[in-house]
Amino acid sequence: MALLEIRNLSVEFATRTGTFRAVDGIDLTVDAGDVVGLVGESGSGKSVTSLALMGLIGRNGRITADRMDFDGRDMRTLSPRERRRLTGKDVAMVFQEPMSSLNPCFTIGFQIIESLRAHERLDRRAARRRAVELLEQVGIPAAESRMSAYPHQLSGGMNQRVMIAMAISCNPRLLIADEPTTALDVTIQKQILDLLVDLQRQRGMALVLITHDMGVVAETAHRVVVMYAGQVVETRAVDELFVHPRHRYTGALLDALPERALGRRRLPTIPGMVPGISDRPQGCLFNPRCAFVQEKCRRETVPLIADETGIARCFFPIESEGGPSA
Amino acid sequence: MIASKAPATAVDGPVIEAVNLKQHFVLRRGPFLPPQVVRAVDGVSFRLPRAQTLAVVGESGCGKSTLARMITMIDPPTSGDLLLQGRPVSEIAPRIRRQTVQMIFQNPFGSLNPRKRVGQILEEPLIVNGEGDREQRREKALLMMSKVGLRPDQYDRYPHMFSGGQRQRIAIARSLMLNPRVVIADEPVSALDVSIQAQVLNLLMDLQDEFGVAYLFISHDLSVVRHIARDVIVMYLGRAVEHGPRDLLFQEPRHPYTRALLAATPMVAPHLRRADRVPMGELPSPLNPPSGCPYHKRCPYTTTLCTTDLPVLRPVAGRLVACHHADELDPMAPVPVS
Repeated sequence: MALLEIRNLSVEFATRTGTFRAVDGIDLTVDAGDVVGLVGESGSGKSVTSLALMGLIGRNGRITADRMDFDGRDMRTLSPRERRRLTGKDVAMVFQEPMSSLNPCFTIGFQIIESLRAHERLDRRAARRRAVELLEQVGIPAAESRMSAYPHQLSGGMNQRVMIAMAISCNPRLLIADEPTTALDVTIQKQILDLLVDLQRQRGMALVLITHDMGVVAETAHRVVVMYAGQVVETRAVDELFVHPRHRYTGALLDALPERALGRRRLPTIPGMVPGISDRPQGCLFNPRCAFVQEKCRRETVPLIADETGIARCFFPIESEGGPSA
Repeated sequence: MIASKAPATAVDGPVIEAVNLKQHFVLRRGPFLPPQVVRAVDGVSFRLPRAQTLAVVGESGCGKSTLARMITMIDPPTSGDLLLQGRPVSEIAPRIRRQTVQMIFQNPFGSLNPRKRVGQILEEPLIVNGEGDREQRREKALLMMSKVGLRPDQYDRYPHMFSGGQRQRIAIARSLMLNPRVVIADEPVSALDVSIQAQVLNLLMDLQDEFGVAYLFISHDLSVVRHIARDVIVMYLGRAVEHGPRDLLFQEPRHPYTRALLAATPMVAPHLRRADRVPMGELPSPLNPPSGCPYHKRCPYTTTLCTTDLPVLRPVAGRLVACHHADELDPMAPVPVS
C-alpha cells in the first residue's frame, strides 16, 4: 500500500473574477522510502498541491479529491484536531524561505522544542536534549550553544538546517520540501540536498521535493511528476524522463536549459508564458505555446495516456530519443 | 530618431579596464573600539572589450555586487584604477559616465517604478540627460520596445500589467536607451523561470550583436554563465581566484573553488556532473577572513603553506589562478576523499 495516495485532487480559490482552479485534478502516489520530484514553472500549482497535502490552504480555498489517503487513513474525513496531530508529526514540511518561515522573535531552540513538546509529549529537559541531538544531526556546529541563537544570527543555509531539524523532529514518514534550496548558494544547496537525501535514506522517509530546478530533480529524485498550469502533464522515473521525455512541454523545458545547448549560441525557447487565472485555453493547456500543436490539441481535453515507462498528457508525444517528430 | 552620439571618445581598446580595484568598508563598532575594515572587494583587475561578455561568479558575499556598484560608480572604489574607454573615470563628467555604463537589476519587480508607465520608464533616461524632444523620445522608446519584443500598444501600460519576463525586457530596454557601451547585468535571469530565462538570454545576446554593447554579467548560475560569457572571473571573499576564458575554466578548472562550484551545480545530464566533493562549511565572515588563502578552511587540498601565505593570481595553463597548488592539481582528477 502506498504511503500517500491522492486521486483527482483539485484546489479552487474564490477570487473577485470567479473561481480559479490552481490545482486541477492531480493524482499523486508516494511510497514509503520514495523520493518524488514535483517540478514545474511558477504558477504550475506545485506549491498549492503541497499546502493542500499539509492542510494549510486558507479559507478562500476549496479542496476536493476522490481519494486522499495517508497511510491508509482518509485525510478528507479527519477532524481538525486529528489533522493537527498528523501535520507536523507524520507529515512534515520544509518551506522555501528559511528566513521568513522561522519566527524571528524566538530562539531556534525554543522553536524546535515547541513541536517536540506538542507532538511527542516530552518534558522540558528531554525535549531540549533531543533538540540538541537534532541540530547535530543536521550538521549545525556547536549545537548546544546555537540553541539560544535567534534566526537572524544564523545564515540562510544554517536556518534551512534548523527548518529541517524541526521537520524531522517527530520522525515524519513523509517530508515535503517546497523549494528547500532556492534561496541558497549552490555549494550550500548541495550540502542541504545531500543532507535531505541522507536523512531520507537513514529514516526510510518518503520525500516529496518540489522545485523548479531540473538539475536538482535529476540529481535527487527517483520519480518525477511534471506539472503545468495546475495539471500533471507527465510522470516517469527520473532517468527515463530526462533521457526521453514524452510530453512536448517537458521536452521544450529541457531544451531551454543552457546546459543542453552547449556550443550553440541561441537557446531554444518556449514562446509565451504559463496561462494565468483568466487565459486558460481550450483543449490541451500547453497548446498555445507548443511547436507541434495540431487541430485536435486545440479542441479536445487531453487525458493522461499511459506508455511503457510512465504517463503523459499529450496526444502527440515525442516519439523517440533525439529527433522530436510531430 | 536621435542620432546616437558616442558618449565618450570611441577607442578600440577595452571599454572598461579595472586595475586592482578595492572596496573597503570601515565599520565603527563603538566609541572605544577600533574601527574594523571589511575588504568587500580586495584587488580585482580585468579588461572588458567591446561587444564581449565577462561573467563574475561566486557565492553571495563574495563581492560580485560590490564590484558592480564600483563600476557603475554608485560606490566609488576605495583604491585602484578604473578606466572607461581608456580614460580614468575621475576625469569623465558624471553625465557621460552614466551614459556609458548602465545597469540591469536582478528583480524586475523591484527595479521598475510601479507608478510610471512603460513609456515614461523608458524615456526617463533621455529626459534626465536632455536628449531629444518629446516626439523623438517617444519614437526612440517605441523603437527600443520593438527591439526587446514588446508591442507598441504596451507603451501606456504600467509594470504590474506585465509578467516577470516582460518586466525584465522593460528593464533591459531602459538600460539601452542611452546607447551605453557597457551594461552591468546583476543576476538578470535568476528571478525568471527556465523557459523565460532562455528568452531573455537570447535577447541579451541579440542586443549585444546589434548594439555592440559589452556585458559585465554577474551571476551565481554557472550553466547560464557558461552559455553567455566569453571570459569568467570566479570570486571568493572579495578576490578573484580564477580568471580566464570560459571553456578553459569549465573544462579544466584549476582552482579548487572553481571545481567545487562546478561540482555543486546540479546538472540534468549525468555526463556533465563532476565527481568533486562539495566544499565544507560556509563562506567565512568577511569581517574576520582566514589567514593565508581565504579558501583554505573549506579546501580539500589545504597544506600548511595555504594557512600562512596568501596566494597571488598567477598565470597557469592559459588562465590566472590564485592557488599555491594550481600546477600540481590534475584538473580532471577526482578530489581525494579525506
